[in-house]
Amino acid sequence: MHASPRTAAAPTGDAAADPARAETPRQAFRRGMVQAAPFLLVLIPFGLLFGVVAQAAGLRIAETMGFSILVLAGASQFTAVELMSHDAPVLLVIASALAINLRMAMYSASLVPIIGAARPWERALAAFVLTDQTYATAIQNHERHPRLAIGQRLAHFWGASLVICPPWMVFTYVGATAGNFVPADWPLDFAVPITFLSMIAPMLRTWAQVAAAAVAVALALALAGMPNGTGLLIAGPAGMAAGAAVEAWGERRAARAALVAQARR
Amino acid sequence: MNYSPAVIWLVILALGAGTFLIRWSFLGAIGGRGVPVWAERLLRYTAVAVLPALIAPMVLWPVANGGRPDPVRLAAAAATVAVGLATRNTLAGIVAGGAALALGTWLY
Repeated sequence: MHASPRTAAAPTGDAAADPARAETPRQAFRRGMVQAAPFLLVLIPFGLLFGVVAQAAGLRIAETMGFSILVLAGASQFTAVELMSHDAPVLLVIASALAINLRMAMYSASLVPIIGAARPWERALAAFVLTDQTYATAIQNHERHPRLAIGQRLAHFWGASLVICPPWMVFTYVGATAGNFVPADWPLDFAVPITFLSMIAPMLRTWAQVAAAAVAVALALALAGMPNGTGLLIAGPAGMAAGAAVEAWGERRAARAALVAQARR
Repeated sequence: MNYSPAVIWLVILALGAGTFLIRWSFLGAIGGRGVPVWAERLLRYTAVAVLPALIAPMVLWPVANGGRPDPVRLAAAAATVAVGLATRNTLAGIVAGGAALALGTWLY
């Protein structure tokens, strides 16, 4: 099922159709870096902010960095520190922050057909750096270049991860030690929706994809009151089911049309 | 904050380990064995379902605006989607959304 070779095949007619298939791992790595670069608009201000918030809550520098290096998941870090600043029970802090990160299990599953053929240690490293941003970049790459070799896909993923993960850690440190130098009246909170919308909008090419997005958004808004983003665990799979159902329906209709055309001949 | 350093590190390590296990779950355990066709069909729609659902509340009810809809942010989101759909270009979408946001913030 996943017989794709680890290295790029010799350039053939396919490589002419998609130049990315002829890329060396180094070129794919660089393309991943460039593709992930817009997310710095999010990572820098929010990294700074996490450093500032963690200091204000009373965490030491080492503990603050422990969060950004070992947990490496922005929304859950903010929630954990917010709860800790109110001296919430430890189990509540852990459960709430982990609930927020449960959505990443969906990302993990979604990456199986794409980079599942990688070696075990490569999959473990990919899991460690799996964030909303690295995931979105990997999916965008797979949409644009569906037939890359596993080595090229991984190189692209490492390139994107290098742009996304270390800056989160570095700017957490800057925020924790030097404070926030981003003017407070800049609406930088909205960098998150803008960067994701700009990546998702070009992915909406088929009715199945539009249906998936519409159903998931409607349910996410309806379930926004559920704690710690758990509504997303219902909205996401419901949207995926809608997309798959529309795709299957389209296939059946096309098959029927082909049968009818054949019968007429 | 009244936790001892040991408790704080317990939280960090538990969150680090738990988050890693969540991220590793399917990718690590299934890996190259692949998934059935019906599951692959579902998983094709993970990104277009989960990512918009993740940000929809941020667009409609931004915390920075007290959780109330903000015309400037709504316009910025609309500009990002419109230009992203029209050009199929991520950077063009970001520039359009950022420009709308900056202009709206400056005006109001």
